[in-house]
Amino acid sequence: MENKDIQKNYIIDLKNISKTFDDTEVLKDISMYIKRNEFLTLLGPSGCGKTTLLRIVGGFEEPSRGEVYFEGENIINLPPYKRRINTVFQKYALFPHMNVEDNIAFGLHIKKIDKKLIKKKVSEMLELVNLKGFEKRSVDSLSGGQQQRIAIARALINEPEVLLLDEPLGALDLKLRKGMQLELKKIQQKVGITFIYVTHDQEEALTMSDTIAVMNEGRVQQIGSPVDIYNEPKNAFVANFIGESNILEGKMIRDCLVVFHNTHFECVDGGFDEQESIDVVVRPEDIQIVSQEEGMLKGTVESVTFKGVHYEMLVNTGEFLWTIHSTAMSYIGQVVGLIITPADIHIMKRR
Amino acid sequence: MISFIKKSYVVIILIIMYAPIALLMLFSFNNSKLPIWKGFTLSWYAKMFNDASIQQAFMYTIIIAIISSFAATVIGTFAAMGINRMVSWQKNIAMNITYIPLLSPDIIIGISLMMLFSVIKLPFGLPTLIVSHITFSTPYVILSVMPKLKQMDYNLYEAALDLGATPWYAFKKVIFPEIMPGVIAGAFIAFTLSIDDFVVSFFNKGAGVDTLSIKIYSMARKGVNPTINAISTIMFSTIIIILLVMNIKVNKKLSKSQTK
Repeated sequence: MENKDIQKNYIIDLKNISKTFDDTEVLKDISMYIKRNEFLTLLGPSGCGKTTLLRIVGGFEEPSRGEVYFEGENIINLPPYKRRINTVFQKYALFPHMNVEDNIAFGLHIKKIDKKLIKKKVSEMLELVNLKGFEKRSVDSLSGGQQQRIAIARALINEPEVLLLDEPLGALDLKLRKGMQLELKKIQQKVGITFIYVTHDQEEALTMSDTIAVMNEGRVQQIGSPVDIYNEPKNAFVANFIGESNILEGKMIRDCLVVFHNTHFECVDGGFDEQESIDVVVRPEDIQIVSQEEGMLKGTVESVTFKGVHYEMLVNTGEFLWTIHSTAMSYIGQVVGLIITPADIHIMKRR
Repeated sequence: MISFIKKSYVVIILIIMYAPIALLMLFSFNNSKLPIWKGFTLSWYAKMFNDASIQQAFMYTIIIAIISSFAATVIGTFAAMGINRMVSWQKNIAMNITYIPLLSPDIIIGISLMMLFSVIKLPFGLPTLIVSHITFSTPYVILSVMPKLKQMDYNLYEAALDLGATPWYAFKKVIFPEIMPGVIAGAFIAFTLSIDDFVVSFFNKGAGVDTLSIKIYSMARKGVNPTINAISTIMFSTIIIILLVMNIKVNKKLSKSQTK
């Protein structure tokens, strides 16, 4: 019974995946479930193993150890062309000697589907990616953004259960990228299948994902919803990688009371041992700047940088250099007070 | 003066390069056995076309060129694909091995093949000629296909597999169209090398099986004979025509892909 429930909710089940390239361990014992119809992002810095993990799911790479289950069936020995998974490659990989229509229809031609039906499906796909009427265009006459959409259409026309996307927006400029992020999310909701998305851009991951798996050095550091990962980072790496953070060493006195910066603070976390050494994370936008008499901490403003929506200020309190984001500007050399409310203090277990 | 030399530089080089061949062609129409112009004639060509042994040598030359260039193209293309997927140190070794026959003198290739054929007791004749021509032209095919493979985005192959293509279907529909210019160039090089070759063929021919270049050599040993000029003119023209056809095709393809 329980087994059946798992099969219903999870489409892919990765079990103890390890991968070694020439003595370098790129993936270290990764196990995770991927839910049906979710938008999952593998997020991490370059070299963290995220692309390798994606290629293992796609069948382009074989893990050194471990299993990949697809709807409960081990597909480790299945070649890519037998998996119900399609991929959008980083550099699109459109076939240059074919026009747009033949590129998109490539998968259907293999299945020997009726020509009229193929034509109809191709035009449906082009409509889905907002490129109606582009059938006869040659691939190299298209812009990067358009090529990307063709690559997506070419993959989706095969009606895969899972779509893999390997940094698909990496080559586009910022404005186009923002537009495509929303569009991709829309497409995913429309076709209602699982997307596994690889990126190193934390903002992109937060914008689009249902679930984010943060990876570093071949391991999954944390997996959860964007809100969870942002608000409750599990360790210093996640806290630093997802947005900017102030990370301090501290000690738990008891539940809901922590000491760091030689000061006692109330907090909302519990479940640690008494006197346990921990890391404290405070987001730059969660620190309020007040007059020095009102503050819990006192410090001098060392630098002020205008960032568009907010100012980024570095405040030195003697013990620590705080990064603070605020829409109100302070002056360099000004002595200010800082307030941190209990809910904004995040406690992480130290490794 | 200097600007005149600058402008005519290419012309002078071309004249130096082609003057001997032009002279040879001219004397193939000369109404005399001696290299003094005695008026126009087609009699050497008539003689050539009436000589059964020349006809036979011509036939053998074409048969050997077609079979050996086809085989070398197939072998070379697949070899290049294999080499391209090797890790870098293996690739270096494989490419150096490919270069060695290119750089070593024909006579060494010719003699070593002759020894090999005697050891394995392959009867000298058409088969030994074809095998030896495949041997020396395959590296050229590898070298002409290799850059195209390097240029090709390997993701194209993976994308084809991803979309449901078997490796063979992906080769036919995706890889081959991408590397085709290199394959065709390789095939033409192999074809012309085969027609051109004298040294390797000389050591590996059998009794009664001559190629045109061997035929010319044996005729030249017997004394001056303008029929040689006629044969050479035909051979040279054939190669020129192949080159022209190839260039026109490539140019057409280029302009086509540009206007697209």
